[in-house]
Amino acid sequence: MEIPKSFLGYKRENGRAGTRNHVIILPVDDISNACAEAVANNIKGTIALPHSYGRLQFGADLELHFRTMIGTGKNPNVAAVIVIGIEPKWTKRIVDAIAKTGKPVEGFSIEGVGDIDTIAKVSKKAQELSMWASEKQREECPMSDLWISVKCGESDTTSGLASNPTVGNLMDKLEPLGVHLCFGETSELTGAENVCAKRGKTPEAQKKFMKTWSDYNDFILKEATDDLSESQPTAGNIAGGLTTIEEKAFGNFQKIGSRQFIDVLEPAEEPTKGKGLYFMDTSSAAAECVTLQAAGGFNIHLFPTGQGNIIGNPIEPVIKLTANPLTAKTMSEHIDVDVSKILSRQMNLDRAGDELIKSTIRVANGRLTCAEALGHKEFVMTKLYRSA
Amino acid sequence: MSSTEVIIHDEKDNVGVVVIEKITPNQDCNCWIMENDKSAKIQSISEIPLGHKIAMTDLKEGDTILKYGHDIGKVVKNIKKGEHVHVHNVKTKKW
Repeated sequence: MEIPKSFLGYKRENGRAGTRNHVIILPVDDISNACAEAVANNIKGTIALPHSYGRLQFGADLELHFRTMIGTGKNPNVAAVIVIGIEPKWTKRIVDAIAKTGKPVEGFSIEGVGDIDTIAKVSKKAQELSMWASEKQREECPMSDLWISVKCGESDTTSGLASNPTVGNLMDKLEPLGVHLCFGETSELTGAENVCAKRGKTPEAQKKFMKTWSDYNDFILKEATDDLSESQPTAGNIAGGLTTIEEKAFGNFQKIGSRQFIDVLEPAEEPTKGKGLYFMDTSSAAAECVTLQAAGGFNIHLFPTGQGNIIGNPIEPVIKLTANPLTAKTMSEHIDVDVSKILSRQMNLDRAGDELIKSTIRVANGRLTCAEALGHKEFVMTKLYRSA
Repeated sequence: MSSTEVIIHDEKDNVGVVVIEKITPNQDCNCWIMENDKSAKIQSISEIPLGHKIAMTDLKEGDTILKYGHDIGKVVKNIKKGEHVHVHNVKTKKW
């Protein structure tokens, strides 16, 4: 197949391009959720991104909170942002960082005003931004404007056999076109960590990966009260035939094809070393991982599943594929791309990769994913430890 | 092409994955080795569902299970060729 050279995206002020055109109402903290959701309910064309944290966090955990908030606002799938916090200071820090992209962003704080007047004030601004964004048109953008993140979930052995290698096939075909790529799931590379480290393009990247993996593994060993059976692998993984974390890891690792990664990113960190594949230090829980990748600036996500994970994200469209014929049949409303014919050898990886590329471009051009049509908007902050 | 009931990732692997809805005891299965596009045969002992593993050889307690050509865990209970391989007879070496 000849790979298309462009897609239709929304060009942003900072030179990036979006596959979506969201106006988001971003609460800084848990107690501002009610206000954000009320505004999104008032004003059509806006979405609120409620979450559970943002108060009394400190140190690296607080930095991660800011990075996730700011990165979400900066993501090119977002046309404009309203930030609402209980206090003005943290709100302003987020607003100022998002404003550097050149996109419209405005902050509001609730203390001393109350929910009702804040909702009235914010709704007026939200209406203006929603109507402004609605006039944005899709334009032709080079494929290199795609920043593709990947993460698998509710995996089974069909993931490692077929759906993950299909993603790997797509990576092998699209990387030469200058796309940015990102994989994560630090804990889920356990058992394959040495093989994965060797994929680092430079000795620095290899060393950074091993340190990141070791730190995460030490944390797991410290906190574990048992052998993690039913957590890693999950009960769903085990039902699907995956026996150990090592087996899951080698299946997971198929997603990067034969690519090498150029750098290791902190959770929610934006890549700055140019096109190519990056590893991001993330949890292996689906919603946490995709939220971090979206905050890193990735604008379209590929999600292979075995037993049928149903995750979506509010700003980054999540395309699901499966090679499990039972899942493709019983959960068809969640599956964008069915590659189960690989198992019956009626489809090879090359063709499966082509099918996935076609679907990715259709979604980049605006086709809703199953998760979007079903209303999945899981926005889940990663919290490193208890608040002060 | 004859039907394929089991796929093996790598020639070194001592397990294969069932890729039809299930295989029944004493079923003669055609295996496809992905890495080199070769074929193999295995007769099952157990009923094994889609996605679950079958032992391609006799395995003793302490042996290493190879899949993708790599170590994916240790045998904790002797396994016969053709038997179901899963959490009841294999454990992680990691956690």
